Amino acid sequence: MEPIPAPAIDLISLAPVLVLSVFGMMVLVTDLFIGKDKSILVFISLTGLLMAAVSSLAKYNLPVFSFNGAYVVDHLSVFFTFIFCISSALAILVSVDFNKREGIKVGEYYSLILFCTVGMVLLASSTDMIMIFLGIEVVSISLYILAGIQRKSTKSNEAALKYFLLGAFATGFLLYGMTLIYGSTGSTKLTIIANVISENKILSEPLMLMGVVLLIIGFGFKVAAVPFHMWAPDVYQGAPTPVTAFMAVGPKAATLAAFYRVMSETMPDLSYSWEILLCVVSVLSMFIGNLGAIMQSNIKRLLAFSSVAHVGYLIIAIIAKNSLSSSSLMFYMLSYAFMVFGTFGIVILLGRKGEENLELENYSGLAYKHPVIALTMTIFLLSLGGLPPLAGFVAKFFIFSAALKEGYIILVIIAVLNSAISFYYYLKVIVFMYMKEPVKEFHISLTPMTLLVIAISAFGTIQLGIFPDPIIALAQAN
Amino acid sequence: MDFEMVPLTHYLFLSATLFVIGVTGVLVKRNAIVVFMSIEIMLNAVNISLIAFDRYMNLHDGQVFSFMVMCVAAAEVSVGLAIIISLFRNKPTTNLDEFNIMKS
Repeated sequence: MEPIPAPAIDLISLAPVLVLSVFGMMVLVTDLFIGKDKSILVFISLTGLLMAAVSSLAKYNLPVFSFNGAYVVDHLSVFFTFIFCISSALAILVSVDFNKREGIKVGEYYSLILFCTVGMVLLASSTDMIMIFLGIEVVSISLYILAGIQRKSTKSNEAALKYFLLGAFATGFLLYGMTLIYGSTGSTKLTIIANVISENKILSEPLMLMGVVLLIIGFGFKVAAVPFHMWAPDVYQGAPTPVTAFMAVGPKAATLAAFYRVMSETMPDLSYSWEILLCVVSVLSMFIGNLGAIMQSNIKRLLAFSSVAHVGYLIIAIIAKNSLSSSSLMFYMLSYAFMVFGTFGIVILLGRKGEENLELENYSGLAYKHPVIALTMTIFLLSLGGLPPLAGFVAKFFIFSAALKEGYIILVIIAVLNSAISFYYYLKVIVFMYMKEPVKEFHISLTPMTLLVIAISAFGTIQLGIFPDPIIALAQAN
Repeated sequence: MDFEMVPLTHYLFLSATLFVIGVTGVLVKRNAIVVFMSIEIMLNAVNISLIAFDRYMNLHDGQVFSFMVMCVAAAEVSVGLAIIISLFRNKPTTNLDEFNIMKS
């Protein structure tokens, strides 16, 4: 009898996923044997993230396809793995003091962040729709729990429920889109789908186009692009602040990486169908995100709308679909990670137990009492708006030049206009800090870990703004 | 023995109808559990068309995919019900319209 050949299993290319899973489980097991002090778990998780980042370099001569073409280690996935490890590490560091203050004493918190990172790495590295779906679900399910981790707080519960219902709803659309694409191309592998499209062998054009539209709806929900952003402000406000920062960066970056792979890398020949749609989504996200942010008085809601606007800018990179767009996507997400964690770090610093101080009035006069904190916050906010010479400016410039190269002049003009609008609300916070009288005493306890995150973020924001060349060279080295 | 042939489009129409019923349920119903059930209907609609495509094209990827969908749906159910229960402890209602403490 003919022996059955064993499938080639390349575990080395899966290294970051395996390392993170093992460390996630290690956190769970260790949690059983320690008391109320969870510092050791923080240490284990950070070690895991560091090792995952190192192990993502295990493959060279990129790209390496493995698991029958379902998984790829290429430049995009390695760079994104680094972004995920950095953002998860910052999220864990910024949670330490917050969790002590708010009494979140569950060790699962840290393992959930690690498992969420597993999902993100899968998402950025998979070239098979089944894997993309699984990656999205690993990320989402971890985030549903993280958003509701404060079980006693109605706000946190409510955020978790809203996130869960709308996230599962979006999964339905995403899946139906994937099914229709599978039905009209006969494969779930992105490389084969790309071949089928370029050789014009699609079985049913209408089904394919419907699938693409449903896919855009699904991804749009997951990255909170307008008109699928309704959940974002509520979830961002209700979730614990470190979780909010975490979900504004890592999962969003991962979903955008998968979105980029599916749209720009797999279906460039179908772009006549999805380009206009994505342009509409991008423009709406920018306008509604920025105009919505102007009307907010709660800093977390303001940042939620601002992140909707940032997704609008990022979608421009997907529309551009040239060699610059993937590197601009990477650079933008890296600098966005620093800006967001810095801003949320300061938001956490200003709160105390039972009194989170999230209204903009709570920032009045911060510059008189704590000039350094106010100055750092100013740097982060200006960078989010895109003021040179900070990271946000270089990131936006990079994306816009990718789009200009392909001739999307009107889209870039709208985006620049929107950056100008966004300064209105970023400056509003700065005006509160510098030009208003304090309404009440500040009770800021300078907790070391939160300060560390703010310092790292400030360094990253300024470094990427003034000396972006090495990172840009890394992002483009393919 | 001859079998009656069912064309692919019938399965696709069934799946699309179920999907639309699910979407309508999510958008119209106000009870968290019912909304949740509607989402499950959407996922099952997807499974039907996956299997139909598989049989039609003589492939297997779709069947694997549908197993994955079922696994994920089960995981989602466990997390979702846990979230609804922990919310119910703080606020004894499942009416989604009453969850509005966060407003700008």
